[in-house]
Amino acid sequence: MVENEGIRRYVAHAILWIGIAVVAFPVYLAFVASTQDNALIANGQMSLLPGGHFLETYYRTIFVGTSGTTREPVGMMLFNSFIMAMSIALGKIAISILSAYAIVFFRFPFRMTVFWIIFITLMLPVEVRIYPTYKIAADLSLLDSYSGLALPLIASATATLLFRQFFMTVPDELLEASRIDGAGPFRFFKDTLLPLSRTNMAALFVILFIYGWNQYLWPLLITTRDDMQTIQVGIRKMIVTSDALTEWPIVMATAILAMLPPVFVVIVMQKLFVRGLVETEK
Amino acid sequence: MANVTLRNVRKTYPGGVDAIKGINFEVADGQFCVLVGPSGCGKSTLLRMVAGLETITSGEIDIGGRVVNQIEPADRDIAMVFQNYALYPHMSVYNNMAYGLRNRGMAKPEIDKRVREAAQILEIVPMLDRKPRQLSGGQRQRVAMGRAIVRQPKVFLFDEPLSNLDAKLRIAMRVEIRKLQRRLKTTSIYVTHDQLEAMTLADILVVMNGGIVEQIGNPLDIYQKPATTFVASFIGAPPMNLTPLNAAEFASRVGNGGTLPGAPSGAILGVRPEDLTITSEATPAGGVGYDLTVEAIERVGAETFVYGAHAHQAETAAVSANPGELPPGEIIVRVPGQAAPAIGQRIKATAPLDKLHLFAADGRSRIDL
Repeated sequence: MVENEGIRRYVAHAILWIGIAVVAFPVYLAFVASTQDNALIANGQMSLLPGGHFLETYYRTIFVGTSGTTREPVGMMLFNSFIMAMSIALGKIAISILSAYAIVFFRFPFRMTVFWIIFITLMLPVEVRIYPTYKIAADLSLLDSYSGLALPLIASATATLLFRQFFMTVPDELLEASRIDGAGPFRFFKDTLLPLSRTNMAALFVILFIYGWNQYLWPLLITTRDDMQTIQVGIRKMIVTSDALTEWPIVMATAILAMLPPVFVVIVMQKLFVRGLVETEK
Repeated sequence: MANVTLRNVRKTYPGGVDAIKGINFEVADGQFCVLVGPSGCGKSTLLRMVAGLETITSGEIDIGGRVVNQIEPADRDIAMVFQNYALYPHMSVYNNMAYGLRNRGMAKPEIDKRVREAAQILEIVPMLDRKPRQLSGGQRQRVAMGRAIVRQPKVFLFDEPLSNLDAKLRIAMRVEIRKLQRRLKTTSIYVTHDQLEAMTLADILVVMNGGIVEQIGNPLDIYQKPATTFVASFIGAPPMNLTPLNAAEFASRVGNGGTLPGAPSGAILGVRPEDLTITSEATPAGGVGYDLTVEAIERVGAETFVYGAHAHQAETAAVSANPGELPPGEIIVRVPGQAAPAIGQRIKATAPLDKLHLFAADGRSRIDL
């Protein structure tokens, strides 16, 4: 039995390593491509080892941009994407924590109706309501603006539900103690609920930032100017389908750059996130 | 420093459930009042109404000469200690105590002075910088009390503050709460379901059941002269033995032709286990004697409880089913020390006339002997 256990462990590890390789290889390939000469890639002679154009390619990608198609440097796209993802993540958290606060801690007429209406919007993502949303954004002259990129995506049923669930686990006595301590609704929210929700907010921020960062359809519709486009849209535009040659090293460098902020956010927030899972006591 | 007066206080929940059915009592300045009763009797609801956490359906609550029905909890000049302490988990002990004072806009040096004073009294000075989760149950309890003390309120309200502690700590904290209250001389209302806590803490004891007050008074008076069968069986452990009487039974059970004045047919006779003596002698004049078959023995150390079925079981009808009451036909005898009869043995337990309690057949009133 004992040696059996050992073999089984090696097999399990081998399978896991294969999985990692399958996931990591395309990323590695993209990185290698971003450091090679374009002509080499176009000829199909790309080596599997990094080439010598790393600094050159990344400098051109970030500060200059491609010579054809979209002329915007990727630095600008990164900035646009970052602003959009940040506004969406922070906006969603702000709006949903307030609506969850209202739903859980206040008694008002049609409270449950409001809750269900919010719940139902789960079934209406941007893709479903794309035409009316575009119409409203256009009428409000939000085209080609940061508010246009972020605002229509900010309302969030998921985050509201998450905060609602969390608020319902906060003991009533905490609210009562606050009332006796002379804290009104605003103070209770600011002094007690917000600090207690810190880890929840961190977890949500990770999810929502990535959600915002990965948006493709909406930014594609709402922005027409090159200097307003996000990195996800930019990558697509760089790939030429007509007779010109696609500048693959730059496309690949852009893809690598597009991956970095979400990875960074996950790594930074993971600590808070895990601490939130460990600190269960309220 | 204040009196607390309740005038015909009622609470009806939406849906028509009467939680509190008209309660009147007064707690004088500096007194320690304990509300005691089984769970669901409305004692916590009543306390929360005094605190302002529950609305008052009708009646008046008066704190220090001011009707507080419409006043916010924060402005009633009260402080409350909760069962689960309700400490702010993200704040240090210091901030937990200072929070209420800060919200009132008190000056920093004054807050600091009060918090340190309270910490000194409660011996939690070394813990001021810790978070509640780094404290033991007893220490959290102290912080919760500290939070109440720093406010220097007119009234302390305690909602079963000791029920989350282990038995030993509970007794220690009980004594401490009493000492503290004596020292601060602040009017206090304390809710508990533990009759021992109630007896030892109270200046004035309010026994509640089903949303009404069964009896109010000094704890020992209540023990000696319970007003109803509910109080008789709730106060005192083990509970008072209650047996229904009819005239014939009465004559056969009470020895030597003794008569109880004014004992109507169907009255309920009560004898505390500690007042019964196992003896082979004749039942004393006017007293009561039970012929018992020993069914179970509980040895606690300093005393032993003998559970016996009495011979007249077949004749006794069920007494109203109040919580804590004995099943009909069973009699408990408390014997000092560890000597006790064997199981199955037939014994006789007697009590003299002056130890008997007599209640009307419905158990709602006491007939004085």
